[in-house]
Amino acid sequence: MEERWNWLAGGLALGLTCLLAVYLIKPIGVSTQYVILDGMIWNAVSGDLVKKDPAAPKGYSSRNPYLNKSGGKYAKNIANPVNYSFIFVLSMILGGILSSLTAASRASVSERVAPPVWQKRFGSDPIKRYFFAFLAGVLVLYGARLAGGCTSGHMISGMMQTSLSGYLFAAGVFASGIPLAVILFKDSGN
Amino acid sequence: MHILEAVILGTLFGFVLHRIGAANPQNIINMLRLKDLHLMKVILFAIGFSCLFLFLGLHFGLVPKSHIHVKTAYVGVIVGGLIFGSGFAIGGYCPGTSLVALGSLRKDALAFILGGLTGAFLFMLSFGYLKHTFLFNKIAGGKATLADTGIAKYHALITGFPGVAVGVAIGALFMVIAVLLPLSTGNSDN
Repeated sequence: MEERWNWLAGGLALGLTCLLAVYLIKPIGVSTQYVILDGMIWNAVSGDLVKKDPAAPKGYSSRNPYLNKSGGKYAKNIANPVNYSFIFVLSMILGGILSSLTAASRASVSERVAPPVWQKRFGSDPIKRYFFAFLAGVLVLYGARLAGGCTSGHMISGMMQTSLSGYLFAAGVFASGIPLAVILFKDSGN
Repeated sequence: MHILEAVILGTLFGFVLHRIGAANPQNIINMLRLKDLHLMKVILFAIGFSCLFLFLGLHFGLVPKSHIHVKTAYVGVIVGGLIFGSGFAIGGYCPGTSLVALGSLRKDALAFILGGLTGAFLFMLSFGYLKHTFLFNKIAGGKATLADTGIAKYHALITGFPGVAVGVAIGALFMVIAVLLPLSTGNSDN
């Protein structure tokens, strides 16, 4: 089991981090950057996905309607990979590396393939876990983009600002997540 | 461009997410099964704490109003949340924590991220067909908050009280709930 801070220390650290981000720059958000990375890959393959467009409010436009929305904001970030939001999200990986290197205890090799609660219920076949983790990723990011944000942008940053959208998103997530987790992992014990 | 801030804040956020146990799918799944509420206490406390101090900071002019970004509330926020929640229960990851988990060498996190890129890509392709449907009908005027932020483009749903008082009260309420929630339920041995 990986080391974790007691809940109060953890809550303070997370709260202070979110406050610091909004004090210095803006509220934290993550899921948009999956679209930006997709767009970078797509643009590298096809070459004409996003282009400079002096008529667009953000100076860029795209033939994809989603990338073209909000005045070409996403198109602009795809054309300019070194921007605050994208580098912020990439740096989160570094944070994970630094924390696990300096932690008192780390996750075991088998835990890093599938969590014990999964193994108890569905066995230790890695391929099965990877398949369902992939499927989970498809659902989570499709849902996050439809909702316009994820756990970071809607739930933490949104509810911190008392945004109605943040509370609605959280309600949706737990309304499906809790019953499904209870049913899926019914026989996994405590 | 604030690239240095992006690296520092992103690394800090990733580090904190890892240390509170949010990058361990075991903790997410057991939270959704209502077996282990450690992470729920952390998140609720962080939201309450940052909410309370954000509204104080706005009131006293310490946090620039231009840093506030309230997302629109629309039907798709709830529907997206429901889809997100189902993937959250299966995978135990969200868009940000999977990246942190990749940094701590979790292999199922990589499968989740690849699925996430696929899900975001599918949404990019489907947005053009969805954008004129009921999914994008606004709720309560769209950019609404419970507490008045003092920013004209975001309207407050709770009126008659100063925004700072409402913000502080909501923040305090979240912190009280975080304190009162039990760490775990039943006769668990974890």
